[in-house]
Amino acid sequence: MSLTIHQSPRDKNKFPLVALRARGFFLACVCLLLLAAIRVAADDRNPLAGDAKAAKAGEYEFRINCALCHGLGARGGGRGPDLTRAQKKHAHSDAEMFQVISSGIPGTAMPSNGTNGQGVGMTDEEIWQIIAYIRSVEVKAPAKPIGNVAHGKELFYGDANCSLCHMVEGKGGRLGPELTSVGGSRTREAIIDSVRNPSRHLAWGLTESTKEFPQEYETITVVTADGKKIKGVALDEDNFSVQMMDSSEQIYLLEKDKLRSFSKSRESIMPTYTPDVLSDKDLDDIIAFLTSVGAK
Amino acid sequence: MKGRNALIVVLAFSFAATITYAQVTFERLVNSGKEPQNWLTYSGDYSGRRFSPLDQINPTNARAMVAKWVYQTGATGKLETTPLVVDGILYATAQDDRAFALDARTGRPIWMYQRQLPGDIRPCCGRVNRGLAILGDKVFLGTLDAHVTALDAKTGNVAWDAVAADYQKGYSFTVAPLAVKNLVVIGVSGGEYGVRGFIDAYDATTGTRKWRFYTVPGPGEPGHETWEGDSWKVGGAPAWNTGTYDPATNQIFWPTGNPAPSNRGEGRAGDNLYSNSLLALNADTGQMNWSFQFTKHDEHDWDATQVPIMIDSGNKHLIAQANRNGFFYVLDRSTGKLVSATVYGKITWSDHKDAEGRPVANKEASPTIAGHTVCPGALGTTNFMAPAYDPKTSLFYVTARDQCDIFSTAPQPYEAGHAYYGSAYFPSDEAEPYRGFLKAIDPTTGEIKWKFEHTSPTWSGVLSTAGGLVFTGDAEGNFIALDAATGKVLWHFQMGGAVYAAPIAFAVGGKEYVAIAAGSALYAFGLP
Repeated sequence: MSLTIHQSPRDKNKFPLVALRARGFFLACVCLLLLAAIRVAADDRNPLAGDAKAAKAGEYEFRINCALCHGLGARGGGRGPDLTRAQKKHAHSDAEMFQVISSGIPGTAMPSNGTNGQGVGMTDEEIWQIIAYIRSVEVKAPAKPIGNVAHGKELFYGDANCSLCHMVEGKGGRLGPELTSVGGSRTREAIIDSVRNPSRHLAWGLTESTKEFPQEYETITVVTADGKKIKGVALDEDNFSVQMMDSSEQIYLLEKDKLRSFSKSRESIMPTYTPDVLSDKDLDDIIAFLTSVGAK
Repeated sequence: MKGRNALIVVLAFSFAATITYAQVTFERLVNSGKEPQNWLTYSGDYSGRRFSPLDQINPTNARAMVAKWVYQTGATGKLETTPLVVDGILYATAQDDRAFALDARTGRPIWMYQRQLPGDIRPCCGRVNRGLAILGDKVFLGTLDAHVTALDAKTGNVAWDAVAADYQKGYSFTVAPLAVKNLVVIGVSGGEYGVRGFIDAYDATTGTRKWRFYTVPGPGEPGHETWEGDSWKVGGAPAWNTGTYDPATNQIFWPTGNPAPSNRGEGRAGDNLYSNSLLALNADTGQMNWSFQFTKHDEHDWDATQVPIMIDSGNKHLIAQANRNGFFYVLDRSTGKLVSATVYGKITWSDHKDAEGRPVANKEASPTIAGHTVCPGALGTTNFMAPAYDPKTSLFYVTARDQCDIFSTAPQPYEAGHAYYGSAYFPSDEAEPYRGFLKAIDPTTGEIKWKFEHTSPTWSGVLSTAGGLVFTGDAEGNFIALDAATGKVLWHFQMGGAVYAAPIAFAVGGKEYVAIAAGSALYAFGLP
């Protein structure tokens, strides 16, 4: 086709029909491009946006396809972030959300549509319904952010002793879960609950797909054959052996049948931070710090 | 038992350099107990016992067991296969419909078959396969694209291939077929896609379908009235685990799965026969003699597809099943009448029984829009993990889990080939850890004689042997030998991958082996 578009004026009348066809082809191309542009523009916003019926259908689709990780009500499960937050890490526009649901997020547990081993996945319409649903449950961010990031950071690495056991951005301890991304995925309420009642959920989730962390951080207490008592968290365990870490970050590799005693508890090794130990305001500051790190 | 060992030794000599390949006749399958060195059907024998008459490995020497060989399948995902062993050759399957034959003494492959599957198959729960059937000179494979394929046992070449159903509508096979007479009996998967379940029988020589039993009755058939409106058309009731066969009465006992959609009863009012049932079918015709429904109008995905085990006690001909709904059922297999139903795990869904003694669902056990907690959870007290029955200890061994789930429901339109659950279940937020067990049940009383608690629930099946051992695997990758009488752990080996399969025992060259799949590999163990 290129040969007909760049004709010299002299040749114009020589192949009038071809020239005409070429112009027609060019016009058709422009029209197609325009159409494509309109389509992208249309798809950039959910065609079902604001459709309450679609949002309801989306709620049911969400339950079947998404809630195992993202929780009932989209408020975050173990592994999947809270999607009711207006500010999302991986997708802002409807089109980006569509992309994320269709193709997943490389490097994370978010799979692409239809690859969870359960059939062929959702139709485009169903994905748009889910997006309509997520938009319908989004909670507006408060006008003024809660908490003081700088003070929260100071507390985290200082007086509140969080960093003795928790690591954020490569700094801190190893006994508890690494918390760099937790502020980007958990609700405020979930973080408050974890600090105020650390044993209530231990590490989130019970099944693989709902687990926030690979470990469950159960508390293990053993007495070795030579009478030494060790308390720490389980790194791993099977029917016959246990791998654990104590509060000085010493790793112990133990065979259960060689121990004098072995006990396991879901009472967290983390101290309970009551309001008289850590005020609501200071906790807000720590959450502000974690949220600022998690949003990166 | 000494005599039996002597027999194995004699067999070993006849074995030495070449294998004289003998066809696996129906008579050999009926009399499988006479060749303890072989493992001829999914459950080891027609009665479903997963019991090996081999006794070389026993509580005295089990602690000396070592790994004999490992075969890497090259597959990823869950390995659910139960191998077959015939005269020194082991036949097994792996994900994506691989099948292979190995030298059972060394684990070296003789042939491999890999099906070219379409890209849009609809497995519900992994691209799994649970094993083969063997008859004559062929092995039989049910495929994820809903074909039944016969492979030449010596070469792995395709002998025939029969299309059973349209995989694009959600039909698939994951089950190990059962060879009976000259038939290959197989049940379909697809309860998550609103299929209409069936059990088929194919001529083993030609691949011609001889009969089909629809597990959801059509218009005019008895049981059809237990479905509301057109719900029967997408009623599910798959038949994805291997049944048993009673040569004395020429009956096949085959279990069925959940009605569809699994978590929503609205729109399919009625008992939904023959979902979650045990069916007694005439082997020649597929005609039903009786049925027993374990969970009526199920809304919790409690497939009754657990392997039933035929137990003869005096002049009583029984069949027992540890059901996914948490009850251990014993039926009279001549009549299908309930003998007993006892709890063997944590349940909240039923606190009373009907006049026949059948557990009845509490009204409040139904899933709600908001969701509420019911025990057992959707995975059930047990699931596809093969149980075992030891005629010497008279105990029924089953893998069990205590877990509750939040069941919620949601309307979902049926779309052909799309998942059709009618909502979903979630881990209970009570943060109560799941517990997993191996339980030894006395079928005459339902009493749990002993239990072994795992670190976490396992998907492994169980093998029992005449040596007085039971074998099972755990979720952390251990293969474990326990004393069949007491549940005491005698030996274990870390295989490096979770177990979703069930063990078998066989003998080659006069030596007993125990084999199981874990991770992506197949392992064989024996005495040094």
